[in-house]
Amino acid sequence: MSQIERHSYDVIVIGAGGAGLRAAIEARSRGLRTAIVCKSLFGKAHTVMAEGGIAAAMGNVNSNDNWQVHFRDTMRGGKFLNNYRMAELHAKEAPQRVWELETYGALFDRTKDGKISQRNFGGHEYPRLAHVGDRTGLELIRTLQQKVVSLQQEDFAATGDYESHLKVFAECSITDLLLDEASGAPRIAGAFGYWRETGEFIVFEAPAVILATGGIGKSFKVTSNSWEYTGDGHALAARSGSRLINMEFVQFHPTGMVWPPSVKGILVTESVRGDGGVLTNSEGRRFMFDYIPDVFKKQYATTEEEADRWYTDPDNNKRPPELLPRDEVARAINSEVKAGRGSPHGGVFLDVSKRLPAETIKAKLPSMYHQFKELAGVDITAEPMEVGPTCHYVMGGVEVDPDSTAAVGVAGLFAAGEVAGGMHGSNRLGGNSLSDLLVFGHRAGLGAADYLQGIAGSRPSVTPQMVATAEQTALQPFHNEGGENPYTIHAELQQTMNDLVGIIRNGAELAEAIARLDSFKERVRAVKVTGGRAFNPGWHLALDLPNLLLVSEALARAALMREESRGGHTRDDFPGMDNQWRQVNLVCRAEGDGIAVEKQPIPVIPSELLGLFEVSELEKYFTSAELAGLSTGGAQ
Amino acid sequence: MTYTAKFRVWRGDDTGGGLVDFAVEVNEGEVVLDIIHRLQATQAPDLAVRWNCKAGKCGSCSAEVNGLPRLMCMTRMNTFAEDEVVTVTPLRTFPVIRDLVTNVSFNYIKARQIPAFAPPAGVAPGDYRMQQVDVQRSQEFRKCIECFLCQNTCHVIRDHEENKEAFAGPRMFIRLAELDMHPLDSKDRKVEAQEDHGLGMCNITKCCTEVCPEHIKITDNAIIPMKERVVDVKYDPLRWLGSKIGKRPGL
Ligand SMILES: Cc1cc2nc3c(=O)[nH]c(=O)nc-3n(C[C@H](O)[C@H](O)[C@H](O)COP(=O)(O)OP(=O)(O)OC[C@H]3O[C@@H](n4cnc5c(N)ncnc54)[C@H](O)[C@@H]3O)c2cc1C
Ligand code: SF4
Ligand code: SF4
Ligand code: FES
Repeated sequence: MSQIERHSYDVIVIGAGGAGLRAAIEARSRGLRTAIVCKSLFGKAHTVMAEGGIAAAMGNVNSNDNWQVHFRDTMRGGKFLNNYRMAELHAKEAPQRVWELETYGALFDRTKDGKISQRNFGGHEYPRLAHVGDRTGLELIRTLQQKVVSLQQEDFAATGDYESHLKVFAECSITDLLLDEASGAPRIAGAFGYWRETGEFIVFEAPAVILATGGIGKSFKVTSNSWEYTGDGHALAARSGSRLINMEFVQFHPTGMVWPPSVKGILVTESVRGDGGVLTNSEGRRFMFDYIPDVFKKQYATTEEEADRWYTDPDNNKRPPELLPRDEVARAINSEVKAGRGSPHGGVFLDVSKRLPAETIKAKLPSMYHQFKELAGVDITAEPMEVGPTCHYVMGGVEVDPDSTAAVGVAGLFAAGEVAGGMHGSNRLGGNSLSDLLVFGHRAGLGAADYLQGIAGSRPSVTPQMVATAEQTALQPFHNEGGENPYTIHAELQQTMNDLVGIIRNGAELAEAIARLDSFKERVRAVKVTGGRAFNPGWHLALDLPNLLLVSEALARAALMREESRGGHTRDDFPGMDNQWRQVNLVCRAEGDGIAVEKQPIPVIPSELLGLFEVSELEKYFTSAELAGLSTGGAQ
Repeated sequence: MTYTAKFRVWRGDDTGGGLVDFAVEVNEGEVVLDIIHRLQATQAPDLAVRWNCKAGKCGSCSAEVNGLPRLMCMTRMNTFAEDEVVTVTPLRTFPVIRDLVTNVSFNYIKARQIPAFAPPAGVAPGDYRMQQVDVQRSQEFRKCIECFLCQNTCHVIRDHEENKEAFAGPRMFIRLAELDMHPLDSKDRKVEAQEDHGLGMCNITKCCTEVCPEHIKITDNAIIPMKERVVDVKYDPLRWLGSKIGKRPGL
């Protein structure tokens, strides 16, 4: 075995987005020697792209807001499939986590009385999203990045070494988790990866790993996600014996760019609608009024007049249906296009130009103005945008303990952020991801610190055998003879997922998808790369392919099993929501070279939380048997 | 709309390299980064390039296109004539790693030398109050996507490796200005900017402002106000005396 670079830490955080950085800050603050490992340069993780804002019930703009209202909105948005405990912790802790960012130097937009301003967003009852224009993700990541640097400065003052307690390994990809299975049950011993720059391998020894790797969007062709989103964390967890839940639920954001082709899928922030933008079809009709589902009839305006009044007088009017949860809006756009009422390039129109003065648009939506001007030659202050659904976010992820974020099944493994499952149920509300990153990133840091305390002296060790196996796997694509180029395989996989496991699904197509995914397995095993190991994107993609394939299979198999439509999972052969299915989570495990799915009852929501809802609303989601027990339990 | 473009891409590593010619398909609405990706997928699978967002938000895809520092994802192909040769080379100020990827660690090292935000004493989280007009000035600088195009362009270090030690560069000057103008930062940063980060070496050519894809007015809104106030602070006789005495060895 060649000499491989080796490091020993208390905890390895894989991912430098909002979740990973917040976790690392907490771990280091608890005295753990912490490494942050990420595929891109420091400060460029996917979180940087978030636009609209961070949801937190601070009540700065409407003082009626509080954690209970936020909890309620989150559960409604997720169609009551959310892990209630995660939704509760999230709603309660988000304000503290946002305020804390100001102590790190964040500069949010302000209200007149100098507090953090909050904006409206789909599914949120009150203005709730803390924001900085439409570049909130950039502010979040830069703030956390600068906090990391400030901790390093403290360490420098104390030890003379900036990196003595907290070090960033940028452009370094983890390909395997190293497991100690000596005592039977798997526990984390470390992680194995390669430097993108040189292709040299690197081994981390650590008893705890926090996964904060983000999502899986690159398994679809039309997506708002970057190359980083290859489902690495999902796959690492599954392969090491942990489990993935809710993988059938994928959020298709209703408004992605549709033209020109090369930018198809790039996000158009929901703030465009929150700030007054309306959706129209080729006949000029505001079609969202035709798509308000029964469960939401009470919360949304039914006439344009009322909807328009809401922007200035939200207390006495209901909100416009353009602000329904994303799954509803995405399906509506899809139906309009299918019915032949789409825009010239296969989307619908989104217009702010007739709703707000040009200067206001430029001030509130600067990066959207910029993006359309530069990439599509469209001036959004003067003409409508063309938009359509794009794969945006995966609700599914690693099954975790809500309080500690510990992954089920593998000791020492934690997961936070988009890679974790359960928090958002079947559909995530806009703005609830950035807050999720902070709340559960923080908790992951704490969880890892507690775990380390618990195991005290008994650290697992990395054996040469583990390293040799990981090394062999990573080098295999150079040795394969006659295999295909990774780019071709990736493009076809994305097309398959787009065509067969997309926004509207059915049993026959899902079965077809599973069969095709099966045939990809051999192609991926045989993938051939050329060139050397130094910064070779072809090789990097070849190593991502097995992860993409694993999450794609989990998605397709879970989608085939769930015979109902709910949130980010729409079956045209089972179009209705089925209250029996609300009681079930689908759990995916790696088995052989594939994925096995099984049903698992979802945790029972305690009555004090159910009591926050009216029974008439619960009746839409719960079976009568479930509600029978409740009448004594406290719901009004 | 589809045509075949002539591309010339620098390929090589820290031991050397050169321009390689390609003929490659271009479709309507595409940007330079799309063409680089097409080269990867069809002709040069190991062509090294950085990118993430493909929407001008992450600052990863910086390179020089026909000699101009640009984000590749925001450079539309229709800005070139169809028969024009498009030459793509790595950033010149930073050492090449491979092909279009350079070692930008200089910028991270400099960032680490700038003392972080110093929170005001006695103000609890949640109690920060600031007016929009007051945060706006710093917010302009926080739009920075760290593409380092300004750092790449600045002549003080572009062809002067020897200046890198003393000069933090325009990206860091806006960071200093941002902190200095932060309504609640409790540190004074002006003299430090001059003495520790090389603000004095900048001779206000404004080249940095011209290349900034975020249209941040680096020179007018950050560098010049910082320089002016450094002058004020330095010639305040009391401060001047104080800082000189403080620096005298043995005292
Ligand atoms: C365009 C866009 C706009 C959005 N707007 C909003 C919004 O306004 N509000 C909101 O709440 N949410 C928004 N979201 C969603 C939100 O941005 C993401 O869900 C969130 O940023 C995910 O953060 P994360 O910390 O989980 O992971 P990320 O920020 O994606 O970071 C993942 C990290 O893991 C690293 N990584 C991955 N795999 C590996 C590996 N194998 N080895 C080493 N490192 C690895 C990556 O390099 C990266 O550093 C938006 C998403 C998009 C795409
Ligand atoms: S203005 Fe100053 S910092 Fe900017 S390019 Fe010129 S010398 Fe460099
Ligand atoms: S100031 Fe502008 S040019 Fe310089 S790094 Fe920031 S965004 Fe890039
Ligand atoms: S890829 Fe993000 S700025 Fe170009």
